[in-house]
Amino acid sequence: MDSLLSYLIIAAMLFSMGIYGVVTRKNAIAILMGIELILNSANINFIAFNRFGGMQNLDGHVFSMFVIVLAAAEAAVALAIVINLFKNVGSVNVDDADLLKG
Amino acid sequence: MAEYLFLFMAALVIASAFWVVFSPNLIHSAVSLLFTLFGTAGLYVFLYADFIAGTQIVIYVGGILVLIIFGVMLTSKIDSPSIASSSANQFIGGMGAFAIFVMQVAVIFNTPWNIGSEQYRDATVGAIGKLLLTNYLLPFEIISILLLAALMGAALLSRRN
Repeated sequence: MDSLLSYLIIAAMLFSMGIYGVVTRKNAIAILMGIELILNSANINFIAFNRFGGMQNLDGHVFSMFVIVLAAAEAAVALAIVINLFKNVGSVNVDDADLLKG
Repeated sequence: MAEYLFLFMAALVIASAFWVVFSPNLIHSAVSLLFTLFGTAGLYVFLYADFIAGTQIVIYVGGILVLIIFGVMLTSKIDSPSIASSSANQFIGGMGAFAIFVMQVAVIFNTPWNIGSEQYRDATVGAIGKLLLTNYLLPFEIISILLLAALMGAALLSRRN
């Protein structure tokens, strides 16, 4: 049960649910939550391969730490953009952000 | 015992991620994301990644999730009873996501993974610290600069002017 395949399946399910959230949600913050799910699934894969791939070193852990730091930076910038969108447009529905449309 | 715990963690991650993308209420999505992140940290513990599990809880749950909930609170009308988040293209999106899932499962089961010998690790913190200051010194510095720049840019963007 505690094998590489089960972790890969869990990560695949997380990834497809994140894709579903990104594609279907209209609220910008809900889209951000979908992106967090996708990043988490990538992290699970990194660490699972590091444990089961027969590696001596901890490269996968370092990579997943970089992913976590990038996720923090991405969340901060994305939320600043969303708050500015709310200030300028009056909603966080991504369909309303069509100011560039001629 | 450990197997049941693993199954519980996996079910927690999958069920709460399901509710993150399907809940009609945005606050429910955010709270459900909390359980997804905790369950992922539990999976990291099963994979002998104690430092990453701690980092996951501290940064994701303590930082990013609080930031997301702040974002929800700041960008929705307080007087509306439920902070609704409508969805669109559910059928096409669901089909696309399911197709991606099927493709991934096919790849997972058809690839001859090079599974090495089982390794038990005690503590990973020292080894990660050595890697960060030797092999990964340049990426570490670059990502530090990137994080600083991103946080300063976020503070500048969201300033009231």
